[in-house]
Amino acid sequence: MKKAKNLNFEQSYIVEGFSIAGPKEDKGNLTGLFDEVLDDDKCNECTFEKAEVAMFKKALYGVTNKAKLNVDDVDVVIGGDLLNQIVSASFAVRNLSPSFIGIYNACATFAESLLLGASLVNSRCYEKVMCISGSHFSTAERQYRYPLELGVLRSPVSQWTATGVGSTLLSSQGTPFNSRVTGGRFGRVVDYGTYDVNNMGAAMAPSAVDTLLNFFEMNGKSPKDYDAIYTGDLGLLGSGIFVDMLLKKGIDMEETRYNDCGGMLFSQKQMTLQGGSGAACSALVFNSLILNELKGNYRKVLLLGTGALMSPVTGFQGESIPCITHCVELSAGEPL
Amino acid sequence: MKEREDSVKEKGRDFNDVNMQNYKSYVFAVMPKSKHFKNIILAFVVGGLICVIGQLIIEFFVFLGVSRVDATGHASSCLIVIAAILTGLGVYDKIGRFAGAGSTIPITGFSNAVVAPAIEYRCEGLIYGVGTRMFFVAGPVIVNGVSIAIVVALVRWLFFLYC
Repeated sequence: MKKAKNLNFEQSYIVEGFSIAGPKEDKGNLTGLFDEVLDDDKCNECTFEKAEVAMFKKALYGVTNKAKLNVDDVDVVIGGDLLNQIVSASFAVRNLSPSFIGIYNACATFAESLLLGASLVNSRCYEKVMCISGSHFSTAERQYRYPLELGVLRSPVSQWTATGVGSTLLSSQGTPFNSRVTGGRFGRVVDYGTYDVNNMGAAMAPSAVDTLLNFFEMNGKSPKDYDAIYTGDLGLLGSGIFVDMLLKKGIDMEETRYNDCGGMLFSQKQMTLQGGSGAACSALVFNSLILNELKGNYRKVLLLGTGALMSPVTGFQGESIPCITHCVELSAGEPL
Repeated sequence: MKEREDSVKEKGRDFNDVNMQNYKSYVFAVMPKSKHFKNIILAFVVGGLICVIGQLIIEFFVFLGVSRVDATGHASSCLIVIAAILTGLGVYDKIGRFAGAGSTIPITGFSNAVVAPAIEYRCEGLIYGVGTRMFFVAGPVIVNGVSIAIVVALVRWLFFLYC
């Protein structure tokens, strides 16, 4: 099988990141790391869908304010969410001046937007690109599962869709002190025949393994070349399978610090079973914890955004769950 | 995080390689299983408790002088209303998450299955929201219930025709 090459970027600087989380997310393991926390996950709106749009807007303005810029300074916004027809992201940018690229790769949307954004600024097509992605527990639950108030027993392998939005501003102009997106790899769609829509972690793990193996094969590196490797939302079970599968293929994740954004987001007490999931997981953790770590502790980090590409319709029609993983390589800037 | 990784490694040690062919059995080996025994006990206790409450309501109506046949109907209506109110207050889903089938199977579960989507889809209006979606959880139960009732009635009719 012919394999595409890895991506390499010279001048894709990360200007700033912004994260806005729901109240439950802030009570997890990452308390206090988010730029903004909602008191009420309905954002004083009448529906959860409107609340999700409001969250996207807050993140959109939040990151530009933090970078001391105006939304008009942004050339293009690349973003998506989990809802049908990616309405939250596109409604949030309506009547604003930046161009908009709407993308969907389920929970891998954020990694996808970073890679696309980095490609656009690196090629000097645009100067400033905003990557934005998020999800909302209550809207995702309604679309993919049951009404909120329905009393059903949750499967022990299920995960909890995170509420939040993360946005990152990339630029072709930067200083040596800025962290950079230095490379990456768009994944291919991998399906190992998992049918259980509750068991997203098990469905997505093989695709994460596939992308990481191809990435390492192409650049000749191994986990020890990175200070930390994060997967998007494999959850506790999924990340366990991910590590075990890699070990059986001769790659030991013990050589680096490995963590899963979904698995680390919630604490065990919060009864989320296998941890968080959703497009918000990697977007929240990247724009809070990972960017902070890049400012001091870590030099090189990999983010593997994982996404399950099914819909409720395909599930009912007896289709298995195809998954995708995009790999983003990040480098810290010069220490200040 | 670490414990789960170790547990997967431990349970998956019989698999030398994980590939598309053996992935299903590998996942089954490493994943946490439903605690059937605990779930059954909880369902029995909570389901039983709901039935006891129903029985108490029946006895209350009988005590008030209602006939026993009418009292059972009144009790069902009361349970449905109580469950609908608990659903609206956001309590019933918590009971359901804990009790499973214990709170789904009794008539209260049916009430919950109708009221929950009605609340959820209220934002889309009374006709396109509540009207079209209200029975999307309970609807299949009604359709299957009626279909099976017809089949059972046919079997019974055939049985009495020839015996």
